Amino acid sequence: MAKADNIIDLDDVRFAYPAQQDLTLNIKHLSLAAGERVFLYGPSGSGKSTLLSVIAAILKPDAGSVQVNGTDVHALNGAASDQFRADNIGLVFQQFNLLPFMSVVDNVTLPCRFSSTRRDAVLSSASTLRAEAERLLTAMQLPEALFKSRKSIQLSVGQQQRVAVARALIGQPPLLIADEPTSSLDTQARVAFLELLFAELDRSQSGLLFVSHDESLKSLFDRSISLAEINHATA
Amino acid sequence: MFDIAIQSLRNRALTATLAVIAIAMSVALILSVDKIRRDARASFLQTVSGTDLIVGARSGSVQLLLYSVFRMGSATNNVSWESIEDLKSRKAVDWLVPLSLGDSHRGYRVLGTSQEYFQYYKYGNKRDLEFAQGSMFDDVFDAVLGSEVAKQLQYSLGQSIVVAHGTGSVGIVEHENQPFTVSGILAPTGTPVDQTVHVSLEGIEAMHVDWQSGMQVPGEGTDADTIRQMDLSPNAVTAALIGLKSRGSVFREQRAVNTYRQEPLLAILPGVAMQELWALVRVFENALLVVSSFVLLAGLVNLVSVLFAGLNERRREMAILRASGARPGHIFRLLCAESALLSAVGICIGVLVHYLVVGLVSVWAQARFGIDLSPTLPGMRDLLILLLVFMSGVAVGCLPAWRAYRQSVSDGMAQRL
Repeated sequence: MAKADNIIDLDDVRFAYPAQQDLTLNIKHLSLAAGERVFLYGPSGSGKSTLLSVIAAILKPDAGSVQVNGTDVHALNGAASDQFRADNIGLVFQQFNLLPFMSVVDNVTLPCRFSSTRRDAVLSSASTLRAEAERLLTAMQLPEALFKSRKSIQLSVGQQQRVAVARALIGQPPLLIADEPTSSLDTQARVAFLELLFAELDRSQSGLLFVSHDESLKSLFDRSISLAEINHATA
Repeated sequence: MFDIAIQSLRNRALTATLAVIAIAMSVALILSVDKIRRDARASFLQTVSGTDLIVGARSGSVQLLLYSVFRMGSATNNVSWESIEDLKSRKAVDWLVPLSLGDSHRGYRVLGTSQEYFQYYKYGNKRDLEFAQGSMFDDVFDAVLGSEVAKQLQYSLGQSIVVAHGTGSVGIVEHENQPFTVSGILAPTGTPVDQTVHVSLEGIEAMHVDWQSGMQVPGEGTDADTIRQMDLSPNAVTAALIGLKSRGSVFREQRAVNTYRQEPLLAILPGVAMQELWALVRVFENALLVVSSFVLLAGLVNLVSVLFAGLNERRREMAILRASGARPGHIFRLLCAESALLSAVGICIGVLVHYLVVGLVSVWAQARFGIDLSPTLPGMRDLLILLLVFMSGVAVGCLPAWRAYRQSVSDGMAQRL
């Protein structure tokens, strides 16, 4: 697929949930350059999660075009959009990112089960999936004893979020989407978390769309966007 | 996906165990019920085996079978001793065991027969009659009891019993002057033999010495020793079991008996008549089949409910998997793998339980009901049942899988969890 200058390009996107009359999204334009780190903020209910679902090709917009890494995700059918997401997008949620019954390392390598693109990317630089997972976990400053332990359920929330970042970044997907990943962390931990995240982004050259309602973090990013300003759906 | 399924199931050991138990129970039940059904049928059809022909006075084949083998009802007519001797002398006939019915002891039929009866009467898979105690009758006034008779009436060897004329249990004139002595007690067979009092043909004649036309001749009665001196060869018997030298001649011999000139006789093939009779009790067999099916259905419903119950707590798991790039097909396969795994483990445990139960119960069933319930290797039918259970397990597992797939799509990025 052709590498585009922009990793995300949204044009005239409109979206309404079924059985709802009002639009949830009405965005003229939104773009994110390759490798760019963008902070997207807005109060809850402003359509942040919906926008992320549209970009991640989970929800289909009613009108407009959504280009991610040069591909019109709107045009992909169900299975193809799932494959596209697996190959191109790393996702970090607010909390509960890990499968509790899996080991930390297995959690990190999970995307490689579903995307041969990312598996191949890992194996081109590291000897095994496990080695890359352990490198990422070490980079996320998780003590070795923790990720050698079997279950990921014993981890603190902050540690879980860092494991989630390691998973989102494995195989160097071009785009990382983080939906309020720091909201369950305290202020100090947030900054530390972002520093680790940015250090690893430098390495993978992935673009980052970071969503939060906490504007105190926005100075750390290349650019910040207020969803309230670009989304004309909310009256 | 199997390793994820296993890990996920291990995480939910309790619910998974419940589902496995549900399946194991229904598998064990359906296998056992089906085995009992088949073995009861086989036991019934083999109430008498090794006998090629049963001969009696001309009537219906089921009727002849009922009174000669099952000791039910009564004969319309007797077979003269001359005819019996005549049949016995036929070239093709290997052995002939005469049966004389018509008397009873406290509700149990008395069967007059020859000593060959204990040699040639076979049941089940050509099993011989065995003596639990004592031996076969030797004297005119000896009697051999079926196991049930001895057990219910609490008789032991050497006991003196009185036989009644006719086949009711009360209010019937008894042959009080000629008491019999128990010489042997048979091991349980699960056939009507258990409910029979066996005496010699001479014994039958002996107890009728002082009787004429069904009435006792007034007077003191003849004493036993005098009777022993008398000629006690019978004039007639009720039926006869015949074994042939070669099974190939069975139809020729049957026709020979059926067209016997001196007397109207009927010869039946026990297997054929037994099938006819079994057709009458088919309802019972079908009822067991219906029971088995419901047991299976209940087990599957149980499996679905367990899978569905686990589903809600797993929406988060689904969302994470999908965020990591799992396609709906992956999630579908994961859940199907899960129900396949649960079904497979449940089936294995169910089969083990089935064999355990059959192994434990078989001894008791043989002794109590004479049903040969010994554990056998699973047949084609069992494998089909297991396959059906497995397929249904996977199929019903697809219901929650489909639901989980739908949810993981609609949940989208918003973790409404």
